[in-house]
Amino acid sequence: MKPVLEVRDLMVTYPPRRGAAPARAVDGVNLQVRQGEIVALVGESGCGKSTLARALVGLVKPTGGQVLGGGEPLGYSAAALKAYRRHTQLVLQDPGGALNPRQNVFDAVAEGPRLHGLTDRLGERVHAALARAGLRPPEEFAGRFPHEMSGGQQQRVVIAGALALEPSVIVADEPVASLDASVRGEILKLILELRDSLGLSALVVSHDLGLAWNIADRVAVMYLGRIVETGTVEEVLLRPKHPYTRALLSVLPDSDERPVLLTGEPPDPAAVPGGCRFHPRCPLRAAEQDTLCDSRDLPVLTGDPSGSSLAACHLVH
Amino acid sequence: MTARDRTRAPETPGSTRGPDRVPETPGAASGQDRTPETPGEASGQAPAPQGRPGTPMLDVRDLRVTYRNGERAVPAVRGVSFTLDRGQTLGVAGESGSGKSTMALSLLRLLAPSAEVSGEVLFEGEDLLTARWARLRAVRWSAASVVFQGAMSALNPVRTIGEQICEPILLHEKVGQREARRRAAELLDSVGVPSRRAGSYPHEFSGGQRQRIMIAMSLACRPDLIIADEPTTALDVMVQAQVLELLGELVRESGIGVIMISHDLSVLSHMCERLAVMYAGRIAEIGPSRQLIAEPRHPYTRALGRAFPTIGDPASRLAPAGLPGDPPTPSELARLSEGRGCAFEPRCSEAVAACRTETVELWPSGPRREAACLRVLEGSGT
Ligand SMILES: Nc1ncnc2c1ncn2[C@@H]1O[C@H](COP(=O)(O)OP(=O)(O)OP(=O)(O)O)[C@@H](O)[C@H]1O
Ligand SMILES: Nc1ncnc2c1ncn2[C@@H]1O[C@H](COP(=O)(O)OP(=O)(O)O)[C@@H](O)[C@H]1O
Ligand code: SF4
Ligand code: SF4
Ligand SMILES: [Mg+2]
Ligand SMILES: [Mg+2]
Repeated sequence: MKPVLEVRDLMVTYPPRRGAAPARAVDGVNLQVRQGEIVALVGESGCGKSTLARALVGLVKPTGGQVLGGGEPLGYSAAALKAYRRHTQLVLQDPGGALNPRQNVFDAVAEGPRLHGLTDRLGERVHAALARAGLRPPEEFAGRFPHEMSGGQQQRVVIAGALALEPSVIVADEPVASLDASVRGEILKLILELRDSLGLSALVVSHDLGLAWNIADRVAVMYLGRIVETGTVEEVLLRPKHPYTRALLSVLPDSDERPVLLTGEPPDPAAVPGGCRFHPRCPLRAAEQDTLCDSRDLPVLTGDPSGSSLAACHLVH
Repeated sequence: MTARDRTRAPETPGSTRGPDRVPETPGAASGQDRTPETPGEASGQAPAPQGRPGTPMLDVRDLRVTYRNGERAVPAVRGVSFTLDRGQTLGVAGESGSGKSTMALSLLRLLAPSAEVSGEVLFEGEDLLTARWARLRAVRWSAASVVFQGAMSALNPVRTIGEQICEPILLHEKVGQREARRRAAELLDSVGVPSRRAGSYPHEFSGGQRQRIMIAMSLACRPDLIIADEPTTALDVMVQAQVLELLGELVRESGIGVIMISHDLSVLSHMCERLAVMYAGRIAEIGPSRQLIAEPRHPYTRALGRAFPTIGDPASRLAPAGLPGDPPTPSELARLSEGRGCAFEPRCSEAVAACRTETVELWPSGPRREAACLRVLEGSGT
């Protein structure tokens, strides 16, 4: 079956700041999301998750590689992008920044449908989206402005805005990061329900590994512009291979492992280390003193989801 | 070694974290007598004026905040009291809309004019709610500073982050440009943002990097109290672990007091000695963090705890746990404030008939603990 969403050898490079090299925010990524599948993309701050998410919905033009929707390469004309976004909706990270302060809730949610000429029974559509996103009763919220709502309520409006178009794929960048646990549970349930009832597919970007455990089928772990480990949630979270994945899991409050707090230079996409890009911070390399790690580049992981989990590391397979 | 140096030092894999690093201070419960010796005072590093002995650094009494927009009134905070000593950490949990930010920002009068605030906020014995604006401006930054929720909206988009960190230093301390820039660079390094990027603008950083810049800024004038509103909410686990480590060091070594707001109980329990769980503008339960998590007495605390999945637990695999129902709407809140009954009753799985008719307030529920639940009175609230 064709993936509903795919990237091949994707590169996104931001132009250089004065005196620095260009930032290779996404530096060779293969990834597939199949029909009805929920894939979690995890990794630390600045590793390129949001850049990848923005490229997936055509907000950023790749500097290399391809984005494919339903097997078709994405076109970047205004008309092609508009048609594409009818089915692939982005839910953003910072709800405060995503909402127009002068627009009330109704108009914010109605924006997408209006843009796509779906004005028939618009009120019904908007209220249904609000209720699905947990803003109940919808009438109580429709007339409010962003500043009259808490952060969590604002995030629900953003989600309602995406749901209003009844898309087939959602790319959600930290959709529940600003929500409290009880609402988080509800929104995650909602994403699962939408998958079960409508076959909705989703790529969910999150730093929260518990979210992957709660809703995802597969997980991709990103580090400094590359995916370093990918596989089913059970494989990656219960039997992690890559030292980076293992460190991430070890710092969770409930972990039984000894916490491996990674420090050293924070990864900088304008200065990607040679060899394995994780080598300056890698606890395994430090222990083994392996020179392969410092000098030999690793191949880009394939996006093929059918085999067992893959890790980009010289020492573990 | 100072807290700031520590975060830059190469970390050994077994560095401390978790329950072990929660400072245990005796006499910390609200409304009880406290010993004035906190770790912070013992180390003698905190620069600001010492309060009167026996007076807590911060004493909040019956704080109420109502937003008024024309006809509509939103009672966001409906009577909150607590105290905080130097070097102490108080976590404030609760779902969005429960009034956490409103409560925290009202302490330094940072709310919009539509917010009506009453009660007392005694900081070193002085009521900040009635203090003159000039005095309040002096207190902000140098005595108490805030890490705002949503770093992008709090940073100025057209000024470099270096300039923005220097600003409060130049404003509140007698230092020159050069020294201010040196301090700014040190602060940036201490929160894990390379200081060579001081000349970059906020939009050039990722969300997590911006949040750490905000924390660096709040530390600029070495305050005694930091109010951190969801400081790690948008951060990935690794940076969150680093930021918590950083804040923990500050508490232990410089005696900074912290009020940390988060909806994430696991974060708070690892960072804060005491925990207050808010629901609908009031404290539902307050007490030592570890006890509140291990043995919650209020049904809402219990529900919050369950909502965090443990990786590997088959019960939560493809089965996120939420809390059914919705928090009270503003109009329901206004009604609740006038009448009786427990605000949590519509969503409470343990409610009895009396929960709708009785007045519910914070009652002692164990040593140094209080819970606003009728079942605690019956002795069956566990
Ligand atoms: N417009 C831009 N110009 C230059 N560099 C940028 C720009 N946007 C992002 N970057 C850089 O690209 C890298 C990846 O950023 P991105 O926002 O994709 O990270 P992220 O993984 O989403 O992080 P977070 O979890 O903190 O949101 C970072 O180093 C960031 O500083
Ligand atoms: N400026 C405002 N005007 C009117 N209502 C507001 C304003 N800010 C917040 N509120 C309302 O006050 C309540 C508490 O909000 P807030 O303090 O932001 O909660 P939290 O920080 O716990 O999420 C919510 O019902 C919210 O909608
Ligand atoms: S290749 Fe070497 S440095 Fe890279 S993750 Fe594996 S062990 Fe660590
Ligand atoms: S007072 Fe009643 S309704 Fe309120 S939390 Fe306790 S049991 Fe539940
Ligand atoms: Mg991001
Ligand atoms: Mg808030």
